[in-house]
Formats: sequence, structure tokens, C-alpha cells
Amino acid sequence: MRPVYMVSGGVSKFEKARPDATFQKMVKEAFDYALGDVPKIRPDMIDGSVGSYFSDHFTRQLMAGIMATDYLGLCPKPNKRIEGGGATGGLCFQGAWEAVASGRMNCCVAFGFETMSHVQTWKGNEFIALASDVNFDYPVGGFYSGYYAMMVNRHIHEFGTTVEQMAMVSVKNHMNAYNNPYAQKRKRLTIQDVRNAEMVAYPLTLLDICVMSDGAAVCILADEETAFKLTDRPVKITGVGTGTDMMRMADRPHGEVILAPNEKKSDYKNLKYPGVHSFRAGRSAGLQAYRMAGIKDPIREIDFVELHDAYTSSEIQTYEDLALCKYGGGGKFVEEGHPFMPQIEYGLKLKRKGTIPVNPSGGLIACGHPVGATGLMQAVFAFWQIQGTIKKHYGSPELQLKKANRGLIHSHAGTGTYVTVSILERGW
Amino acid sequence: MAKNDGKAKNAPRRNPAAKLEEVMTGTTVFNVPFPKDLSVLKTMSPIVVKYPYYVEYIHSYGQDSPFFAGLANRKLLGTRCAKCDYTYATPRLHCTHCGGETDWVELPQEGRVHTFTTCYYGSEEFLEETPFHLVLVEFEGVDTLLLARLIGVGGPEDIKIGMKIRAKFRRNSQLRPTDVYFVPAG
Repeated sequence: MRPVYMVSGGVSKFEKARPDATFQKMVKEAFDYALGDVPKIRPDMIDGSVGSYFSDHFTRQLMAGIMATDYLGLCPKPNKRIEGGGATGGLCFQGAWEAVASGRMNCCVAFGFETMSHVQTWKGNEFIALASDVNFDYPVGGFYSGYYAMMVNRHIHEFGTTVEQMAMVSVKNHMNAYNNPYAQKRKRLTIQDVRNAEMVAYPLTLLDICVMSDGAAVCILADEETAFKLTDRPVKITGVGTGTDMMRMADRPHGEVILAPNEKKSDYKNLKYPGVHSFRAGRSAGLQAYRMAGIKDPIREIDFVELHDAYTSSEIQTYEDLALCKYGGGGKFVEEGHPFMPQIEYGLKLKRKGTIPVNPSGGLIACGHPVGATGLMQAVFAFWQIQGTIKKHYGSPELQLKKANRGLIHSHAGTGTYVTVSILERGW
Repeated sequence: MAKNDGKAKNAPRRNPAAKLEEVMTGTTVFNVPFPKDLSVLKTMSPIVVKYPYYVEYIHSYGQDSPFFAGLANRKLLGTRCAKCDYTYATPRLHCTHCGGETDWVELPQEGRVHTFTTCYYGSEEFLEETPFHLVLVEFEGVDTLLLARLIGVGGPEDIKIGMKIRAKFRRNSQLRPTDVYFVPAG
């Protein structure tokens, strides 16, 4: 395998609805932004593309991938569509990585989009819930917020996690997004605001849950030679991992924890794993990526994380899957302040603020979640963070971390069925 | 039960963020204004149209069909792997652990709440049924769980993990997994 670098990225502003543009035009906006950031790139240097969008129901257009490809002027070069629920964007990113790592392409464009405004919110929830078993799960009351609510109620039962700890994730991510012009929701909130918001699926309120969006994102990946021709600050992709788990939560095993390098069997004497409280696919993806990148102690060796916080609860569960803390320690981890940004004021008392900032961009909860674009959006925000170009792209420096040499991006599908983890590092 | 059950006491009654829910109704337009100067077309508002999207879909339960036949006959069926004995509350004809073929077995009709939620909103298809309670049910001697509705309780405060619940069946089968539902036991 050859080393692979990310050389540029672009994101359309995520909005509730973009009636002014079709999906092709949104992708084009992100693509042109990415091209503009590497002026030395010529069309003949791009060998092909990988496209991602989650739902044919939302798009109501089959083969939308080729329509975006032709709009971008990337025909007759190779293209394919990649789909894996909420992790669609993360899988697409890794698809482009595979194209370059294998030597099939020297330069590959990964693009993703979703148009979720084409139906009303509750119909949209129905479309999303069709990503659960339609024989046994969907007809019982198919609703993703309900599924995640059941998972976190078991997490609360096993580990004593609190709704206030979950609310702190919402406060953090909305506040981070305050300085991110790409974000859909930029709000200063309190823990009380989150708890007083309307209950959607107990214990998740409206402010514990990400929103639907229209949006697109693009990443350009290249081999070493091409990368250094295009930019003097390429970001190297040093680890990739992809995990899976059973579609039906009811089928998940109750066995032993898959141990991270910094854990021992005695840490989890009475814990049945993963059950419905933890995401085994996230642990599997994380450990694969850590092994490839040579990471033994993630919290010390990674500077920041952009993870898939479709729910405040799943952010807490993901801290644990990624071994940023032990299983069961996720609630305390956020309560103590570890995943907050050191330089941002949140109106909360935090003992140990900023050990490893999580979702400096504001995450899905505040930026929005146009599914096929989301995993690529995380890659772009992480790329700018490592390049040190947040000020240039956000128009203000507030969210730039002082130390951002190595970041982790994490994309996650339906109750933890597909999870991708990729490690991005300073490559110059 | 009120929609705001389960939220903090003393919540403010004034809500400046209140707004009407968007509806998907529209107006039929007969004349579309059009400028003489084509260069201003790029600034025009987008035209948004609406059309119905409905199909009659033929869905086969395939190898899972006996489960639904069981419900119609007040039997709760799972499957057990003939090779490794792993027992599934939500049936599957092939074992995910050893690849062996499973056999149909009758499950106990009493179990416990493994986890739960109360949905105050839902997918459009189920919106009118809100609020409703979902539970994952665990059964003695069975390795996996079953997703079902729980009725006969008020709010989420009435549901406890570990509480005993009992299966009930619709008399007139709908051939849907909701033909079985659970109530608090005893």
C-alpha cells in the first residue's frame, strides 16, 4: 500500500433546505471550493472519483452519483457510489483512500451529499427508519431516536450515566459551532435548556438530537508525489478502520469486551459486551485504525476528534469505543471537561478542560447531518484543523487548536452497524 | 399523557422559539412571472413542485414467515441453532455464530425489560400512535432479545429495566410483528 494524503476539501453550508440548488450544484460548490484551495491542480491530474449519498428515497433519483460526476466534469473517468447508512461519508472517504493506496489512482475525489428537505421531518424519519429490519423492527415503531434512546437507557442502567452529562455534550457542540460559519445551528445553551427542550424519545430531547440538512462535501486525496506538487501542507492518512455489527440491536451478543491496548480483562469483570449499550463496530474500527497508525494510548497520542454525534448519548458511548476512557467512563469524561475546547467559554464549571477536544467544529448536532456529506465534512474540518487554516476557512481563528498534529475522524451508521475511523496527521 | 412528560419541573411557559409546524400543502400556480432581461434569471426564486409518491409494495417475509404464523396462533416463536444451541428471540434461519441452520422453538411468553423508551414523536406512519413505549425483551434461556411495544403503563417513569412483562396477542392477526405486544406481568 502507498501512503495517501488529503490535499484539499470543501463544504457547502449545511442548511435546513436548499431549494435554490439541486444536489449536483451543491456538490459543485464544495468541489470548486476544494479546487480553489489547491490552485496548482489541473483537471487531467484527477484520475477519478467516489461518490456517496445515503438514501434513494430522499433523492428520488437513482444513479444520482453519475449525475454529480458529470456535473463536476469528471466523465469519462472512474466513479462509483458508496452507501452505508450514517457512515456513508466515512466509507466514501476510505473508498478514495483505497483507490490511491492501491495505486489505481494518483488523485481521487471523494464527494458526498444529501437532500433531506424534500419531505417533511416525520416522513424523513420514516425514510431513515427503513434502515432497520423491515420484518421485525421497523413495523414495531421504526424511529431512530427511539432506538438510540433504548441504547442509552441501558447505558444509564449499566454505568450510571446521567442526562445532565448528555446535555453537556449538546452545550459543548452547539457552543463550538458558534464560531463555525458552516454550521446549521449556532447556539449558546445551558444544561437546563437541553433538558427543558421538548422530549422526543425518553430521555432524548430535541437538543440531544442532530437535525436533517441539505448539504455536500468534497475531499481530494492523492499519492505522495502528487500531494507535494499540489500543496506544501498535505495531511497524511495514517490509519483506517471499518467495523460492523448486526442490524437488529436485539441480536447483538452479550459477551466479552474487545480490549484496547490500554485496557485489561480485569477492567470489565461483570460487563456483558456489547449488548445494546456499546458499539462493537466503533471499537473494532478504532482498534484497526490505531494498529495501522501505531497508536497505543489514544488520549495522549491524538490531539482532537471529530466524531459522529447524531445523539449526545452516542458521543458519550463513542468516547468509550475509541478508548478515550474506559467503558462506563464516558459520562464522567464529559463532566470533567476532557472533550471541551480549552479556549472556549461554555458557562460550565469544568475541572479538566480540553484534554482532547471532541467535535471542535460543532459536530452533527450543531453542523447538521446531510448523511452522505457528513463523514466527508468531518474530514474537511479535521484537515483544516491540522493544516492550521481554520482562520482562513471559518473567517475567524477561535476554533483553531494550538496543537493539532494528529486528528481522528469517526463516521457511524444505524445503531452502530457500520463505523469507520480514520487517522489524519500533519504530513509535511 | 402530555407531550412534555419527563422534562424538568418548573419549565418556563413562555416559549419565544414556538413556531407553527410546516405543512406540505401548496397553491396551484397558473402564471409564472418572467423577466424581459434574461441576465436577472439567476436571481429568481426556485420553483418547487410537489407530487405524490405512493406504491403498493409486495413484501414477502420469506424464511421468517413461520414467526408471523405463530403470532396468529398465539405462539411466540424463536429459533435455536441445531449445531451450537445458540437461541434467537428474533428468529433467523441461519446462525450468525457458527453458520448452522436453526430450528423453530417456542419462546416463553413471560420475559423482562432489557431496555425501553417512550416515543413522543415518531416516523410519519406511527406519529398518530404517539406516545408509545418500545421495549427490548429478554427471555430466560434465550441468547438474544425481541423488540416490542409495551402497553398498560403510563409514562417512562413506570417502566423499569428488569421488570417482568407478559406477551399478549391480537385476536385478529394483522400479520405484523405488532401482533404480539407486552403488558406488565401480574
